[in-house]
Amino acid sequence: MTMDFIISAIVTVVGISTPILLAATGELVVEKSGVLNLGVEGMMLIGAITGFAVTFTTFNPWLGVIAAAAAGAAVSMVFGVLVLSLGSNQVATGLALAILGIGLSTLIGAGFTGMIVPQFSSIFPSVLSHDPFWRVIFGYSPMVYIALAIIFAVGWVLNYTRAGLVLRAVGENDLSAHSIGYSVIGIRYMAIAFGGAMAGIAGSYFSMVITPMWAERMTAGRGWIALALVVFAGWKAGRLVIGAYLFGALMTLELYAKASGFQFLPSQFWASMPYIMAIVVLAVISYRDRTGSEAPACLGKPFLPNS
Amino acid sequence: MADTYARLELRDISKRFPGVLANDNVSLTVMPGEIHALLGENGAGKSTLVKMIYGIMAPDSGQILWDGQAVRIQNPKAARKLGIGMVFQHFSLFEAMTVLENIALGLDTKVSRAALEVEILKVMNTYGLTLDPKRIVSTLSVGERQRIEIVRALLLNPKLLIMDEPTSVLTPQEVGQLFETLRKLAAQGCSILYISHKLHEIIALCETATILRGGKLIATCDPRKETPRKLAEMMIGANLKEISKVAGRTFGDVKFAVRNLTLPKIGDFGTALNEIEFEVKAGEIFGIAGVAGNGQNELLEALGGEVLAHSNDAISIAGAGVGKCGPTERRAFGLGAVPEERNGHAAVSDFSLQDNAVLTARNRMNMVSAQLIDPSASNAFSQKVIMSFGVKAQGTKATAGSLSGGNLQKYIMGREILQNPVVLVVSQPTWGVDAGAAAAIRQAIVDLAAKGSAMVIISQDLDELLELCDTLSVINLGKLSKPLKVGEVSVEEIGLLMGGIHGEVQHAH
Repeated sequence: MTMDFIISAIVTVVGISTPILLAATGELVVEKSGVLNLGVEGMMLIGAITGFAVTFTTFNPWLGVIAAAAAGAAVSMVFGVLVLSLGSNQVATGLALAILGIGLSTLIGAGFTGMIVPQFSSIFPSVLSHDPFWRVIFGYSPMVYIALAIIFAVGWVLNYTRAGLVLRAVGENDLSAHSIGYSVIGIRYMAIAFGGAMAGIAGSYFSMVITPMWAERMTAGRGWIALALVVFAGWKAGRLVIGAYLFGALMTLELYAKASGFQFLPSQFWASMPYIMAIVVLAVISYRDRTGSEAPACLGKPFLPNS
Repeated sequence: MADTYARLELRDISKRFPGVLANDNVSLTVMPGEIHALLGENGAGKSTLVKMIYGIMAPDSGQILWDGQAVRIQNPKAARKLGIGMVFQHFSLFEAMTVLENIALGLDTKVSRAALEVEILKVMNTYGLTLDPKRIVSTLSVGERQRIEIVRALLLNPKLLIMDEPTSVLTPQEVGQLFETLRKLAAQGCSILYISHKLHEIIALCETATILRGGKLIATCDPRKETPRKLAEMMIGANLKEISKVAGRTFGDVKFAVRNLTLPKIGDFGTALNEIEFEVKAGEIFGIAGVAGNGQNELLEALGGEVLAHSNDAISIAGAGVGKCGPTERRAFGLGAVPEERNGHAAVSDFSLQDNAVLTARNRMNMVSAQLIDPSASNAFSQKVIMSFGVKAQGTKATAGSLSGGNLQKYIMGREILQNPVVLVVSQPTWGVDAGAAAAIRQAIVDLAAKGSAMVIISQDLDELLELCDTLSVINLGKLSKPLKVGEVSVEEIGLLMGGIHGEVQHAH
């Protein structure tokens, strides 16, 4: 194993983990507020096609990312209205959102197949970003740094600010938060919108950073991995980063197995690894922590202020 | 008094819910520095009235005046801004968070963690409320949780403090201390609206009492000039039955014996049980007093079979060792157990009353044959419980969660009592239950003992234990005191045995 190989492996893992990290960060905030939005995959696809389409028309990838975030947030509001204002079942509505996103993105994307969009240029001078060693720090798309900045900001807000305290309180005991005088519904709307925006950005990473092309269902189930990751991380921001890179490493294995012509096991085996790991990890965690006390206590329960 | 306005005046407040008029033209006036009692049974409309004062609900009609000005209190934040603080009966706490975070959530101004901690310690010292700000709430006892609410409210320097049943879990000394605090607050001009079912407390503390019944204002009086009995009768609108206990009863054989029961503590904040020993004879009512968090929950779990002892001999029912038997086996030997938490421990709140009956009574009441539940048997039994204990419920299909606290407690007690247990262990039988229901529950306990069952009552309500029990022990830091004969021991002595929270002994003056 050469230094070169290790560095290129790290670069690949960080790149491939970023969309999962983005989507999971959004979902973390949503779940911390007590809402379970299973529609991450759908919102990611909507973000992917919107980011692609806007970049294609404007030739500005930054506008593309902003549009992807807006589209993700907008489609999450459909979920928000159904779940928060109309009190529908969160699991069923989330699944419907996932399916809606797949269908809608395919419909919008029909005219964009085969097109190519301009990519982000590095924010660092090419001396650093293309240096065989320093690219391990400087050689990524700007989105990678933005994703890391966001997760650290979210972790800080959740644990050290009043806004984060209130958000956690709403997810922990909605009735108490209501009786103290916090707007449970309002806070949850904001959390869902944030989650949608993050999923939208995560989706745009697929169509604008990983490949500059649009393909149907190009997020390939990573939205579901992001959901598992939130549980894996025990609803903690720090563990979310570690978990995302762990899953990224598993996905990288598939790429290397294919590239090196490694015939010992079929590449489908490596491709299935992240999903198998998701199941194993969840099983191990639920065994270790049988009380499930890490989950926000109101997760998935509709808020119905009765009296 | 022409120069002072009332701190709070309610004029003809009405509030209607679907199918019920919760408040019907209720008026009341609280002067600055007045300690005002609000009395009434569960469902009398006290909570609704208080929620409107605290801005959680809006009245349908009527006026709220604050310092002489008509105000509309839109939400609790607005209430707190006016200077209204509230200590809830059903705690508005966040279980997975620390004491400090819980208190911070109740404040509207931004305070740094360190500054808040200093303030909390100051309030705790001033008012003698002990709490560790860094503890997670889920590890705290009911009594400690209540202290969080009190500290949270006091931090706001309120001009009106609403207290919903604040003393249910305090030692007599602590109650005395709280009353001193409240009187000090009142002397500084803070008005107090005090909701309690403990009538002698209201007589000792309050200057005015407003009595509600069925949403209507029944009377406003000076409680210091009334007897507890008179107040209770105004509250329930009927004559109060006194608990009838046959004098000079004799007890039978030992039915329940606990020998050298020692269990390690579970979790960081559990309490270890240390060589617990006691025995209860047929017909005897044995009380276990103590401040919340001294091992009561652990003891109930150990007696009920949720946590197993290390040897079979540690616990025996009518001579048979059951220390290593689980709850179902112990039930087969004739044990009944009623834990403190009604919803989630004693009953499943989303299950119907009928299904909740199956959960503990299936074997003793023959509700299961060939592994199938016999719905007619469970329905009949559940119906019988409802009838014999006067449970107000929409039939046996009503969910446990739909019942008020007092009614659910009556149902749960009835479910265990009608199984004719050899031994019945009950924790906090009348916690948060109104006077009428509490009297009914206490009478049922006495009646069951008279039929020859051995009774163990774990309670933080010392008055209740003194009224019911023949023998009494005090639990402190997981150790049980020697049994004391009720009638031969003074409240002060028991209070000293109870100590403070986690063994801090408070000295009697």
